[in-house]
Amino acid sequence: MSSAATESVDQPTGSATTADAPVTRAEYCAVAVADTFAGDGESIASAFGTIPAIGVRLARLTVAPDLLLTDGEAHFVSGSWEIGADPHATEGVVIEGWSPFRTIFDLVWHGKRHVMMIPVQIDGHGNTNISAIGDYTRPKVQLLGVRGAPGNSIYHPTSYWVPNHSTRSFVRTVDMISGVGTDSARAAGPAAIAHHELRRVVTNLAVLDFGGPDGTMRLLSLHPGVTLDEFHAATGCAVHVEGEVPATREPSAEELRLIREVIDPRSLRDREIPA
Amino acid sequence: MADKTLTARDVVSRLESGMTIGVGGWGSRRKPMALVREILRSDLKDLTVVSYGGPDVGLLCAAGKARKVVFGFVSLDSIALDPHFRAARQNGAVEIAEYDEGMLQWGLYAAGIRLPFLPTRAGLGSDVLKHNPDLKLVQDPYGTEQLVAMPPLRLDAALVHMNRADAQGNGQFLGPDPYFDDLYCLAADQAFMSCERIVPTAELSAAGHSATIKINRQLVAGVVETPNGAHFTSCAPDYERDEAFQREYVKAAGDPQAWAKFEQRYLSGTEDDYQAAVAARAEEVA
Repeated sequence: MSSAATESVDQPTGSATTADAPVTRAEYCAVAVADTFAGDGESIASAFGTIPAIGVRLARLTVAPDLLLTDGEAHFVSGSWEIGADPHATEGVVIEGWSPFRTIFDLVWHGKRHVMMIPVQIDGHGNTNISAIGDYTRPKVQLLGVRGAPGNSIYHPTSYWVPNHSTRSFVRTVDMISGVGTDSARAAGPAAIAHHELRRVVTNLAVLDFGGPDGTMRLLSLHPGVTLDEFHAATGCAVHVEGEVPATREPSAEELRLIREVIDPRSLRDREIPA
Repeated sequence: MADKTLTARDVVSRLESGMTIGVGGWGSRRKPMALVREILRSDLKDLTVVSYGGPDVGLLCAAGKARKVVFGFVSLDSIALDPHFRAARQNGAVEIAEYDEGMLQWGLYAAGIRLPFLPTRAGLGSDVLKHNPDLKLVQDPYGTEQLVAMPPLRLDAALVHMNRADAQGNGQFLGPDPYFDDLYCLAADQAFMSCERIVPTAELSAAGHSATIKINRQLVAGVVETPNGAHFTSCAPDYERDEAFQREYVKAAGDPQAWAKFEQRYLSGTEDDYQAAVAARAEEVA
């Protein structure tokens, strides 16, 4: 056992943070999220959920150093800070701009932004629902409301994070199209497809994109330990599968160090995706 | 210059049942809650509420004041959903017009600058168009694209809460975000602004850069000093969201008996009674 591992025994949540501990599902997911933002340049990365928050910070420390991140309130901030911590109380984090909602709305429509949202329902063309489940006039379950999903998805690159991949989240048709899928954008015409770009869907089981026939969902990789049968059993919509499906890639030693020691030393990722 | 100082009761006396009321702030942030509570005490009804929704929408729904909600989301931020709005929707007790949050901004802006519509791509391809059949598309007169023509969201009245204001109606935010409060005022026939403190005008520019004096007096019909008036939503830097109270609100909202008790304890008296009950609660917890 390394000395780091020995020391970690005394830390309340340290067991998963040692350098040589096995890679967890949460860590595969975080690296897959980071890969989703690779090469994004000077783009705003907006992430909902713990794993996406880890992923975009990891991306900025590795494959996408020019990303713009906000403090979740009204500032762009440079540097990196721990998940769950106050960026303004973190050494090295500097405010680099003001980003009130008004400014963010302008920048959403300007287009240099890539959002990762959490849909309650998603279908095989990437239509997503965060509005209401069931009959719209009297829903079985009222959700958040469409929020910025219609505009986000029509104006700039959009990805999704599904922490609970199941036949309840992956459905044949969504009850209220909030985020616009590839088929709906095409049907709505040139103004809708001009800037419509669905990038990836990262889930607790797999990574997908929309490279299937006619903009349908395509399976890119399964996280280690997930079988194709398991994936299909948890997926209520058609997904294009080409040949042998690879495993989601292994994190590098440096990526693991950044996740475990710099970005999420308190292992909040394990609350979203249990080890 | 005119002194526009009013009481919350004066404000509500200028509102009428059936009006369209815009409520400023965002989610559970800097909401004009003291004015909302005054509406709860009134006999106003059948209101159409336009809001980046938070507990303002929840409380107005719970009290049967809202006939219709115009919104993009209703959220308590640190708690994702407002239980009263949920219940109102799931019981079919409230009509809605649901828009993308950028469309909502466009609607307020169109109303404020007296345009029949503003074009946008937002909404295209989504069920926002299906569920708002009145929304029309417009042809780009210079090109070929068909865009959404967002109509004005004209307000009979706007309610906003600022950190500071002067008696003439100049309003200042001292927190991180002005939200869309100035647009609500711009879109309204009459705008009422509550604030933490009414101060002499010179204190506004002393308290912060003049860009923070976001709302100017020509847009404001009345000013109300309501200390802690955004409670339990945040009003940084004066105070943060009262998370413990918000949790109590959510918990009580889930059960009719618990809600009756909550109403009895906090919402049955005057604003002074409310603030006293909140202070007593804080002492109990401490």
